[in-house]
Amino acid sequence: MTSPHHLTPPPPAITAAGLRKAYGDKTVLDGIDLHVPQGTVFSLLGPNGAGKTTAVRILSTLSTADSGSARILGRDLTADPRGVRSVIGVTGQFSAVDNMITGAENMALMADLHHLDRRESRRITAELLERFDLVDAAKKPASTYSGGMRRRLDIAMTLVGGPQVIFLDEPTTGLDPRSRHNMWQIIRDLVSGGVTVFLTTQYLEEADQLADRIAVLSRGKLVAQGTPDELKRLVPGGHVRLRFDTASDLASACRALGDGTPDDEGLTLQVPSDGSVAALRLLLDRLDRASVAVGTLTVHTPDLDDVFFAVTGHPDNDKVEAR
Amino acid sequence: MSAPSYPLRDSATMLRRNLLHARRYPSMTLGVVAMPIIILLLFVYVFGSSLSAGIGGGGDRAAYIAYVVPGILLMTVGSASTSTAVAVCTDMAEGIVARFRTMAISRSSILIGHVIGSVIQTMISLVLVTGVALAIGFRSNATAVEWVAAAGILALTALALTWLAVGIGLANPTAEAASNAVLPLSFLLPFMSSAFVPVESMPGWIRWFAEYQPFTTVIETLRGLLTGSGIGADGWLALGWGVGLTVLGYLWSRNRFNRSSR
Repeated sequence: MTSPHHLTPPPPAITAAGLRKAYGDKTVLDGIDLHVPQGTVFSLLGPNGAGKTTAVRILSTLSTADSGSARILGRDLTADPRGVRSVIGVTGQFSAVDNMITGAENMALMADLHHLDRRESRRITAELLERFDLVDAAKKPASTYSGGMRRRLDIAMTLVGGPQVIFLDEPTTGLDPRSRHNMWQIIRDLVSGGVTVFLTTQYLEEADQLADRIAVLSRGKLVAQGTPDELKRLVPGGHVRLRFDTASDLASACRALGDGTPDDEGLTLQVPSDGSVAALRLLLDRLDRASVAVGTLTVHTPDLDDVFFAVTGHPDNDKVEAR
Repeated sequence: MSAPSYPLRDSATMLRRNLLHARRYPSMTLGVVAMPIIILLLFVYVFGSSLSAGIGGGGDRAAYIAYVVPGILLMTVGSASTSTAVAVCTDMAEGIVARFRTMAISRSSILIGHVIGSVIQTMISLVLVTGVALAIGFRSNATAVEWVAAAGILALTALALTWLAVGIGLANPTAEAASNAVLPLSFLLPFMSSAFVPVESMPGWIRWFAEYQPFTTVIETLRGLLTGSGIGADGWLALGWGVGLTVLGYLWSRNRFNRSSR
């Protein structure tokens, strides 16, 4: 390797070109291109079965692509898997902790495998257990941990080697809301420390909250890519949803407004609106004048749900949940 | 440019992990010794008198104890290999092994840790079973050198069966399947050997199989070392089987491990 000139830009954290993977006749990844700059959070968003985990398995050297190439910090996955392994950390969808031993023993195991000396090992282990609020549980077997604790231990173990690129495969799936928010804070802290995070999630809100860039994966293809704001711009503006108590109220509202999409079963009317106070006042005035009783009103600004439905074209893809 | 490799250090780390498992869960070791001890007691106290008459011991139970103990020791090694196959199979399904595979460590250390850990566990089990045998009246006229040689041939056999068990653990999708697949090693081979009755008492083709299969050669070698019966060619055959099966099991396991992407 030639010594990097001071003008040479740092290599991107992750690049991939044309990654393809099939199991039998089922194509799981159908030509994926990625470019993730260092120090950013990249989120791969998609429903179950979209190929997210397969992408992580390939990029983390657990599995090989049928074709295509990828580099992590300039190290080629095929030519230098060891080099890749030395700079990455992976926290999979299923906890990668040894349940038969204690949290502290798990941490010591990682320190040994990273060939840290005893002092360094003790220092890092203590620091991470403290940081992830695991000091009290450190002497207990990991099998007794709650889901949130196990996930924290999992991430703490990933951090022992000081990885520069971290893969988090659905890190909050199955966690309660409190643990989920803890995990979000952990991810934000990681990035502020200069680490690159590759995050997969099926939750749109999570990608919106954390990611600098999002790629939407559907049936093995990236169907949209961009910042959260860029993606939101892909879909038309927001709307107001009016809910009525009776079908006749709904019908009167339709007549009074002459606009919107009624849902006769849900007794709701969806009216396009930018959600501004002026627009809302105008809308309510018109309903008042027609003496229509409105149950509730919600203002809906476009979110990634709309994006997902817009770019994949199947709103029935109910496995994507907005929480 | 690649990260430096520390195969010995990584193997030692993996061995520590496996020994920690064994220490935390002593029931695993007890499970290994339970079967051979029960069989030993059954064969000595239930069948012992009749079988003793069959081996020319004139119905003397003590003579049969001396005859059966080497076979029981081998059965202990077989029983331990069941435990190894199940442990490896279970371990491979754990996320922690997937984590190991994404780390810049020596890959073979994962298997080597299992193998050395299992051989140590097997040797401890053998000590326990030998203790029970001595307690019920097994006596040996072996010299210290012969005891060491007996321990050596048992360790080699344990190594061979452990590598085969690791391969079985890797090749089978579930712990139940692995446990069944190892049965020929842990159950069939001991019974179709000279462990309980002399091969001369068996009919035609079974006798031919029983005479040359690995368990019989090792049992006859042990018998020679511990009770002073003749060893003959069995010593060399036992060594050959031990080394051959070790190499075979190692190559098979390595191949399965590198191939499997579970």
